[in-house]
Amino acid sequence: MSKHPPKVDEKPGMFDNPRNVKRLLYTFYGCVVLLLLVDLVYHKHTIFAWEGAFAFYSVYGFVACVILVIVAKYILRPLVMRKEDHYDD
Amino acid sequence: MTINVLPPALIMILGGLLVPLFKGRSRQAWLLLLPVVSFINLLQITDGSHWVFPFLSDQIVLARIDKLSLIFCYIFHLVAFLAALFALHVKDTVQNVAGTVYAGAAIGAVCAGDMFTLFVFWELLTISATFLILARRTERALGAGFRYFMVHVAGGLCLLAGIIMQVQQTGSAAFDLIGLGTTASWLIFIGIGVNCAWPMLHPWLSDAYPEATITGTVFLSAFTTKTAVYALARAFPGTEELIFIGAAMAAFPIFYAVIENDLRRVLAYSLINQVGFMVVGIGIGTALSINGAIAHAFNDVLFKGLLFMSMGAVMYRTGKINATDLGGLYKSMPWSCAFCIVGAASISAFPLFSGFVSKSMVMEAAAHGDLRWVWFILLFASAGVFHHAGIKIPFFAFFSHDSGLRCKEAPPHMLLAMGASALLCILIGTFPQYLYNLLPYATDYQPYTVSHVLAQTQLLFFSALAFTLLLLAGIYPPEIRSINLDADWFYRKGGRLVFRFCQSTFDGLNAWANRIFAQQLPSALSRFFADPGGNIQNYGLRLWAEATGHPDHEGRHAQIISRRNRHSAYPVGIGVLLAVLLLALVSLLLYLR
Repeated sequence: MSKHPPKVDEKPGMFDNPRNVKRLLYTFYGCVVLLLLVDLVYHKHTIFAWEGAFAFYSVYGFVACVILVIVAKYILRPLVMRKEDHYDD
Repeated sequence: MTINVLPPALIMILGGLLVPLFKGRSRQAWLLLLPVVSFINLLQITDGSHWVFPFLSDQIVLARIDKLSLIFCYIFHLVAFLAALFALHVKDTVQNVAGTVYAGAAIGAVCAGDMFTLFVFWELLTISATFLILARRTERALGAGFRYFMVHVAGGLCLLAGIIMQVQQTGSAAFDLIGLGTTASWLIFIGIGVNCAWPMLHPWLSDAYPEATITGTVFLSAFTTKTAVYALARAFPGTEELIFIGAAMAAFPIFYAVIENDLRRVLAYSLINQVGFMVVGIGIGTALSINGAIAHAFNDVLFKGLLFMSMGAVMYRTGKINATDLGGLYKSMPWSCAFCIVGAASISAFPLFSGFVSKSMVMEAAAHGDLRWVWFILLFASAGVFHHAGIKIPFFAFFSHDSGLRCKEAPPHMLLAMGASALLCILIGTFPQYLYNLLPYATDYQPYTVSHVLAQTQLLFFSALAFTLLLLAGIYPPEIRSINLDADWFYRKGGRLVFRFCQSTFDGLNAWANRIFAQQLPSALSRFFADPGGNIQNYGLRLWAEATGHPDHEGRHAQIISRRNRHSAYPVGIGVLLAVLLLALVSLLLYLR
């Protein structure tokens, strides 16, 4: 997580220790799996039928964000990105 | 109405103008006191129309107090106080005055009972906001401020044209339900749309807000767009066009937000995205959806203000705002970081945070109306907003790679303002009933059902999973120092094109006219009139010589003519010559007739 090692006289921050970052990530992955499993047990009361389908919200959230990033990076950025001084002439 | 009560906007606006009279601590106290006094004054005003004056054939209503205007008044007073607290260190008189007057103008606009009053406060919003941008005093801010002003003046004129036509046609200036149909209503609709940052009309927002002063942006994020949301809720509820406009607003800015480097600009894009939800809600037009739109406006003022405050605090301490320059600040600014995360959780609509209890009302209203595509787009926007505002903002500012920046925590007044906003976000999210009681329609909406909490948590966690995996895989777009073209390109580059076109055509025309009329013609005339008789003879002589083919004659006669000239042998002056010519012309004309 940190490219620059902290100065020696400084107390290292929580995330300077890679083990803490790992712990956080594994907790997060655990939550994600748990949330997915809940869908097996609990059936949501919904308005649209597809909302109740297994993992609908999980898959939608994941796919939406992947599409968002891919489109923004590979389609929008080449179209609109310019140098910082584009308007300064 | 007792005699002690003043029109709702008066205290903030007059008080703002009196700010220069105060210095130092007394000015700080004055700035904090104004929203409080104004709020107490507001509470004394009863429901209904007050301060009604005859105007032309109609009447002016300075204050129309009902549930719709009141809830906006409440949140505007609240945020005016919080923003004043956040800006307590600012000694710049321009900003102090502009911020207070700006808040007052917004309060005046949402209380306006007629369209003329609305228009006056609408323009006051533009003017005071422009000063908050210009007060940054950088070249970029100057440009952005002028563009902001031009766009809003154009929008304001559109609104004014609509108002005048509307009053002509209906004979009433009352600001109530208008509905789309006539040209007048379209003009009003678009005029409001400019302030509401509709797609293609939006770039003033993403252009100017990140260029304003640190504290100015906090003010700006609250008032202009929310006033427009109020105006739409008042005049165009249930207008179908708004559903599509709102859906577009909710969706497109998130793509820009993902690749944007300036974190305040990321927030500006997410502001458009959030207003999109409100516009959809107003467009659907049911009690639930309008309640949702207004509740979301209320919450958005708080959490977007909080996010702009936290980024402002970072900028105040480090002088930097680009994601490329920041990172690792959680060690230096732990409180700001925590408050920022509360704001991020609120805008992302995490359960127990304010966004959750209002955004879902709009979503549910869309589902009840069976607006499937709109619902899918809004759900996409909900996942996307978590992605760029919920994760990106705190992550790149406070975590990510260690930028090596070490600074002090934000000053106490900033922490207080952020802390109070964060607390309110959590309180509203946890006890939404207090907010629901303020809404224009009675509601028994229940956000905390197991299904809803579960669905939203799954959506958000898997969005976060996508972010994490993309980041670890190196696919997440790296922050790059750059700017991204937006619709402002049309007037920024287009404006230059028009300028160059005008320059080449009109300057060419000018140069030509200058050459002919200012230089050549006068000199030719002065040469001729130095010796008119001789010149005419010489010309005639030349013609005659060419016609007869005896050029040698010409030289001889020319000598004679020039000798006569030298001796002033032509007794006929120019005046007489002209008179003779005129007479000849007149007799010729008479003869021909």
